[in-house]
Amino acid sequence: MKKYPVETSLSYPKKGAMGKTGSWRVFKPILDKKKCVKCLRCWIFCPEGSIHREKDDSVSIDYDFCKGCGVCANECNVKAIIMEREEAKKK
Amino acid sequence: MALKDFPVDECLLQGNASCPGCPATVGLRMVLKALGKKTFLVVPACCTAVIESLYPHTSFDVPVMNIAFEAAAAGASGVEAALRQQGRSDITVAAWAGDGGTYDIGLQALSGALERGTNFIYICYNNQIYSNTGIQRSGATPYAAWTTTTVSGKTEFRKEMGEIVLAHHIPYVAQTCISYPEDLYGKIQKAKSIKGPKYIEILAPCPPGWRFSMDKTIEMGRLAVDTGAWSLWECENDVMTFNGKSKLLLEKKVARKPIEDWIKYQGRFSHLFKPERDEERLKAIEEHTDHLWERYRKCYGKI
Ligand code: SF4
Ligand code: SF4
Repeated sequence: MKKYPVETSLSYPKKGAMGKTGSWRVFKPILDKKKCVKCLRCWIFCPEGSIHREKDDSVSIDYDFCKGCGVCANECNVKAIIMEREEAKKK
Repeated sequence: MALKDFPVDECLLQGNASCPGCPATVGLRMVLKALGKKTFLVVPACCTAVIESLYPHTSFDVPVMNIAFEAAAAGASGVEAALRQQGRSDITVAAWAGDGGTYDIGLQALSGALERGTNFIYICYNNQIYSNTGIQRSGATPYAAWTTTTVSGKTEFRKEMGEIVLAHHIPYVAQTCISYPEDLYGKIQKAKSIKGPKYIEILAPCPPGWRFSMDKTIEMGRLAVDTGAWSLWECENDVMTFNGKSKLLLEKKVARKPIEDWIKYQGRFSHLFKPERDEERLKAIEEHTDHLWERYRKCYGKI
């Protein structure tokens, strides 16, 4: 990445600037690909940009960063996404 | 434009500091898809300055200049002038500010930039509060809403920032909402294609600020439009058009749903329902909304 010689504080782009925000989740979205009609509503409305869109407009969820808000499940008109409680973290 | 035609590229990176269910990041993703990589953002104090995340990293993959609360439009004017001097007409300059930084603190700088004819897009994402500092009332907070500075409900009605901007007679002014991606995208694209000052306001329902469940962010925006608490419109060269559902409301082709259908899901209005219904204030809200729409019909409806 190009660095700029400036006399001020300058931040550079980084995916995961606040770490793996997937660890914030209490509920986890589960996608049923068989039900999905590729409408892309979950993709456009995910606040985190954690629904990935493939070339054929199928979607998948990036659990590294998904914060578990449930917007995708609420906006999916065919109920292809449901929210499930995260399993308790192993000690 | 259909969702399928929206660009895949993201200029807001994952793993940023936004709350789960944040409407600002929904809006930013759509706005940056419409504006593309050749965009320079100016961001004053607001949630987005936090969403940028911690130094020395940023979650934005486009240049962002942070500036004081009151100075978004002034800063954008400076950036625009500098880029013009360098002959960089390929770069879109956009200010992205909250309602506190627009309706209240940044109003003077905004009015100045609009009046000077600065070639930029001013985008206000309106969550009807100062959310970044912990939910204080702003000029955009609706009547009767709880905030930490209006503990028994705001006693004043919100002002209409869009109409204040209209009085500057700039080439393009629009109101949209994160729940209508096609509407939002189209308006941002249109603004990008027009020279001179452009103002776009985006309603952004905030789960922690409005006290609703974080999976309902998009639904709260839809209900705001259905109930007439918010409206979708654009005004190009002083020609006003209401859009989508708001057009049907203006032309009385559909009946306005009661505001109650929108506020009953929001904890910030719970004191209007518990321990008993506050009929007086609920009535005042409906009457005020009817009054606003009658005014819209007189000013902007076909006569
Ligand atoms: S909203 Fe539902 S149907 Fe549409 S793309 Fe997402 S999972 Fe598939
Ligand atoms: S739960 Fe929220 S953050 Fe996770 S994929 Fe769905 S919309 Fe995105």
